[in-house]
Amino acid sequence: MSHSPPLPQASWSPPPPGDGSPKLRLATVWLAGCSGCHMAFLDLDEELFELAKRVDIVYSPLASDVKVYPEAVDVALVEGAVANSDNLALARSLRRRTGLVVSFGDCAISANVPGLRNLLGAPGAGSGGSAAAVLERGYVELADSQPGYPRAPGILPELLERVLPLHAVIPVDLWLPGCPPPAPRILALLQALLRGERPVQLGAAELQFG
Amino acid sequence: MGVITLSVNGAAVAVPSGATLLAACRSAGIALPTLCYLEGLSPVGACRLCLVELEGAGRPLAACVSEAAEGMVLRTDTPQLVNFRRMGVELFFAEGNHVCAICVANGCCELQDVAVAVGMDHSRFPYRYPQRSVDASHPLFSLDPNRCILCTRCVRACDELEGAHVWDVAERGSHCRIVAGLDQPWAEVEACTSCGQCVDACPTGALFRKDDTNVTSHPQRQRAALLQEARQRHSWRNQGPPPP
Repeated sequence: MSHSPPLPQASWSPPPPGDGSPKLRLATVWLAGCSGCHMAFLDLDEELFELAKRVDIVYSPLASDVKVYPEAVDVALVEGAVANSDNLALARSLRRRTGLVVSFGDCAISANVPGLRNLLGAPGAGSGGSAAAVLERGYVELADSQPGYPRAPGILPELLERVLPLHAVIPVDLWLPGCPPPAPRILALLQALLRGERPVQLGAAELQFG
Repeated sequence: MGVITLSVNGAAVAVPSGATLLAACRSAGIALPTLCYLEGLSPVGACRLCLVELEGAGRPLAACVSEAAEGMVLRTDTPQLVNFRRMGVELFFAEGNHVCAICVANGCCELQDVAVAVGMDHSRFPYRYPQRSVDASHPLFSLDPNRCILCTRCVRACDELEGAHVWDVAERGSHCRIVAGLDQPWAEVEACTSCGQCVDACPTGALFRKDDTNVTSHPQRQRAALLQEARQRHSWRNQGPPPP
């Protein structure tokens, strides 16, 4: 898996606070993850009402029915690792259309649990996993009936040979660890972004994995 | 016992002669991160996180295995040291299979804490995903080498505190691993007394009690220090308070 060359970044300037000013265009993206980070985002509870006054959610599995990643997004919270061709294509297109990309949670940062399939495949240190090995395990070895690989070109995305963290395929601006990142940690990041802090400096306590 | 004075980050520090640079830094209130160092065990300088710069030395020194000398001028916070420490922690994560989310030690792990201390928000190094097998043969404990950072605290605890020397390091380089006995399943090593001191010394979730789950995991990493002190003073906690 070769890493894509760094892409030019759109300039990002925070919208000024107050009524009538343009809202921050926020996207949340769900790649190879369990959606737990998105659930943690919902844990913002009543803070979501405050957020809605300052933010337009322009793309999200939670709050938007938009299927195509839009242009001119200010901030994207990207949950999940990059595990298949759809994840990779979406990661590359969101990078082109987004000012500030956040690796949102441990899977985006380190591949975490989805990355454990990299342990399957040819033995030996550093060989990584293989798409064939995980399909063999899931659809042939463990099949109760009708063993066989799922194949639907153009419908089912192909697995990548190796599950990758987001920063292995696109430049990432910020990392928010946690499995999932607790809601107060997400809030601290969003508030810092809305205050216009760049770069955002999170406290040490906001960096714990797991 | 003589007293040595030295300078740490510009502050004067006095320590007894024979003290390590780590002790000098800590007595000055500087929280140098460590992983392989454990109070009560001999230091080995394996993890390289306690690196300090000594004026005139030309290279960074591991503070836990370097002796303090009169007039030394130390720095612990130069940009190069900060970078080395973060790089070291990133390499620990990239080298093994450290997945905090599914680890028994999540929330009570020194590697996890050190990552926070050095400000690691991601690893710049690609993860290796080495193939390693778990040894769950012992009735009480398990060894999961996926989470092992080769600090050798278990090796030293077993050898120096229990005198059993069940653990050792086998092979070289990236193949290095902790082995029980003569590379046997743990349960087959008759020298093991099941004292659990290796488990208590482990900084990560590599050695753990089988009946521990994430929330009830109870590290007793101070056990080595308590034992060492009790042996030096010939005074045990159940024999009343230690002499003044």
